[in-house]
Amino acid sequence: MEEFEPKIVAFCCHYCAYSAADLAGSMRLQYPPNIRIVEMPCSGTIDHRVILDAFEKGADGVYVAGCMEGDCHFLKGNYRAKKRVNYVKKVLAEIGLESERLEFFNLSAAMGPRFAEIANEMTERIKKLGPSPLRRKGEEK
Amino acid sequence: MIVAQQKPLEEIARLINDCQKVLLVGCAGCVTVCLAGGEKETEFLASALRIKRQLEGNPLETVTFTCTRQCDPEYLLPLDNLIGDVDAVVSLACGVGVQYIAERYPHKWVVPALDTKFAGGSLEQGVWAERCGLCGNCILHLTGGICPVIRCSKSILNGPCGGSQDGKCEIARDVDCAWQLIYDRMKALGKLERLMEIMPPKDWSTARDGGPRRAVREDVIIDA
Repeated sequence: MEEFEPKIVAFCCHYCAYSAADLAGSMRLQYPPNIRIVEMPCSGTIDHRVILDAFEKGADGVYVAGCMEGDCHFLKGNYRAKKRVNYVKKVLAEIGLESERLEFFNLSAAMGPRFAEIANEMTERIKKLGPSPLRRKGEEK
Repeated sequence: MIVAQQKPLEEIARLINDCQKVLLVGCAGCVTVCLAGGEKETEFLASALRIKRQLEGNPLETVTFTCTRQCDPEYLLPLDNLIGDVDAVVSLACGVGVQYIAERYPHKWVVPALDTKFAGGSLEQGVWAERCGLCGNCILHLTGGICPVIRCSKSILNGPCGGSQDGKCEIARDVDCAWQLIYDRMKALGKLERLMEIMPPKDWSTARDGGPRRAVREDVIIDA
């Protein structure tokens, strides 16, 4: 049987995680191709609806990556994003979708290796959980 | 504003358990401001309900719409085109909105997604507090702009009572004694002597005790 390759959506802050992804590329670091990056002006712009939308549209995992605590370019965006992610994790548990499929990470623009590490960590985690139960049978992997 | 909070998801899901298609109606009035039933909350609830039902193997189809206000009949008109084939309507308005939809569509099953809490305002982002008891006969001019009807746990008009301790009410340490607040404010305004006037028993017939109320302004009524 073909190995399950999850689809993971990563909402990345322009000032940290997105730049860290760029750095990871420049450093020729390998990370799984399962990550789909969405650049955000700040992790604080993440909306509850967008996270659920990603799951509804077939994501097996979603994570939001913002700046290190205290380092948000917009001062508090990353704290707000984290609170929202935690809220949606609770909702996911209530509606029967594993809350581990959603996560929030803090990193800085200088952490290229950490970006690759997070990508690996999430891919491993979602592979263990298996495909999202929302994905219908026979749908492309 | 009217402050409301969403019912637990589980409860809302149970209310529409036997429906295949529902119309979720948000309200752009008070419940948008108190982040309970605006466009955003409506879309989020719809999405959460769809996911829950899909995971249960009983997919739910949703239609969403957010009215400018659910408490004015003309703003419900757009629902006429959306309501036809739905099994139920989930209203994310206060109790008024739910009833307005139920009245307009007598043959539709209408359920509330929110619990209507009180008339109040926001203390900070995400925190709301009760400020008006809707007694129908305002006495704020007598009490320094602080309402004893709703902010005093006993609604007493000649307070404070013996349960006032260190400026707090005896019911909980985080509830201010309204009469302490009134006293402090009247003192600061140099109007303490006004509190010496004993307030007679309040006429509660203008409040809920007088039965369902109605407000009329004759000059703006449009005759048929």
